[in-house]
Amino acid sequence: MQQLLDGLIRSRGWTGEGTVQLVYFLGMLFFAVLLLLVVVTPFAGVVSWVERRIAARMQSRIGPNRVGPQGLFQWVADGLKCILKEDLVPQDADRRLFTLAPYLVFCGLFGAFAVLPFSEHLVIADLNVGIFYMMAITSLVPVGIIMSGWASNNKWSLFGGMRSAAQIISYEIPAALALLAVLLVSGTLSLQEIIRDQGWRPTEWYIFRNPFLFTAFFYFFAANLAEGNRTPFDLPEAESELVAGYTTEYSGMRFAFFMLAEWANLYVVASVMNVAFLGGWNVPAITSGVPQTIFQILAFAFKSLVLVFVIIWIRWTLPRLRVDQLMILCWKYLVPLSFLNVFGTALWMMVLPEGSPGGRIASWILFLFGIFLLVLFVLRVRMNLRDGGVTRLDWNPIR
Amino acid sequence: MIAYIENIKKACTTIFDGMAVTFSHLFRTPITYQYPDRTPKRLQETLPDRYRGHLEVDMDICLSCRACERACPIDCIKIEDVRVPKEMIVEPSGKKVPRVKEATRFDILMYKCMYCGLCVEPCPTLAIHFTKEFEGSTDNLGALHFRFVDEEKRKRVLAKAAELEREKMAAEEEARREDAENPPDEGGEEKPGDES
Repeated sequence: MQQLLDGLIRSRGWTGEGTVQLVYFLGMLFFAVLLLLVVVTPFAGVVSWVERRIAARMQSRIGPNRVGPQGLFQWVADGLKCILKEDLVPQDADRRLFTLAPYLVFCGLFGAFAVLPFSEHLVIADLNVGIFYMMAITSLVPVGIIMSGWASNNKWSLFGGMRSAAQIISYEIPAALALLAVLLVSGTLSLQEIIRDQGWRPTEWYIFRNPFLFTAFFYFFAANLAEGNRTPFDLPEAESELVAGYTTEYSGMRFAFFMLAEWANLYVVASVMNVAFLGGWNVPAITSGVPQTIFQILAFAFKSLVLVFVIIWIRWTLPRLRVDQLMILCWKYLVPLSFLNVFGTALWMMVLPEGSPGGRIASWILFLFGIFLLVLFVLRVRMNLRDGGVTRLDWNPIR
Repeated sequence: MIAYIENIKKACTTIFDGMAVTFSHLFRTPITYQYPDRTPKRLQETLPDRYRGHLEVDMDICLSCRACERACPIDCIKIEDVRVPKEMIVEPSGKKVPRVKEATRFDILMYKCMYCGLCVEPCPTLAIHFTKEFEGSTDNLGALHFRFVDEEKRKRVLAKAAELEREKMAAEEEARREDAENPPDEGGEEKPGDES
């Protein structure tokens, strides 16, 4: 991107510090907006459709299949409907905060896209404090949520906002500690460097680097679910207790912004897990140049989408936790265990430094253990199908 | 400490099991009927025989006995009838019953009906019955005002009634004429023994 702008400046013969700075600024703004419009928004929309279809199948339903081919444009219809709706602000609401809140949530999540790598060269900004920036910018989200809860002047909204704040602040700790274990191994905060440090082979991924990182992946996963307000940690918008939590009083466009942020967050969360544990965009170096970039984009997208699927899948499997259970899980289990992880990783690095034969054998054992879990899972699913009296598997998603 | 580890173990295994259950559902056929336009056959045909849908009256076998009108707790059946020449009608069961009245108006206000079925029970000929039709939504309330006697039928019934009336008149006339021709013996009034 930098090169593209440099080329533009050279070809036009522009000089002068101010002009060049302005061109950079406008160019970056343009690309950021383009990314938002062309990639993120449709992605969030399509994921909402995918989630509804998957949820439907898990509940023996069909799901939305009327708008467009197989309901693919359901999200367009929903979005248009939201935009056409009346923009309501409750009478006693704090008008300024109420209108500001959705945009804060939106900015918090979309700011994270600035450092998300899509391939080796396709990244808006490769910050040397990438992960740190990511955790910092997504901290804007609870501010927006608690703002919306407070400004709605509605007790359910306030409860939702408070819960969300408590939950996100609690779960930042295990998330950060799990990442800390990764950072100990990688020795850098830059997302691109972390990916480069891993290889395309699964045994080179951080998740299989040592047993502590293997468990750290699951802690990070759970903590990220909680930070993204996803089930089983969706207490802030628990519909059976709090109407719709902090979104209760929102309608139309602002509600759409909250929803958009929620779906986009899914991808952000999955991408961070992908970068930190699953090797990111690493592909075998068969080709170079544009084809390699395309492969990298595909590899990154594939891994992230698998994780997105798992998050959706968990949502339709696990019931919501109670508030005290949520806190017990965080403070009694995840926090001590992730501290243990950091300690264990440090110890492991001292005993079996990177590249040592022992470390490589451990990677292989962990990898085989992962395969073993997968096989166990497949057998379990087969058992369930047999117990359910299913004789013919129905893969067909088209209804 | 043992309970702590036990908890972790339980969490891992139960989540594993639960996720296997939901995943297995991805390979099962959905059981949803895509009502109204993509059902394998019309949904009304798949309903049980005792389904309580819209009411319907078979006017050919209705005796106009008004049992349904009396039974209706919210008065949504309106009947007006006239006497017609006696005729034998055949019930669905094959039994023959005489009919001496026919309705000139048989309205069911379906928008008031609560589908209790109290009108169906007393009907002697099974003329009033539930159908499997349930799609009642409309933008016009009048569409749910069912009229089972149309104008033509009403005229026919009235004609029959008029015929009966004529017959009766004719019969009365006949009777009167016969009376006139054979006047009753009025001698009974004049008691012969009264003269003196």
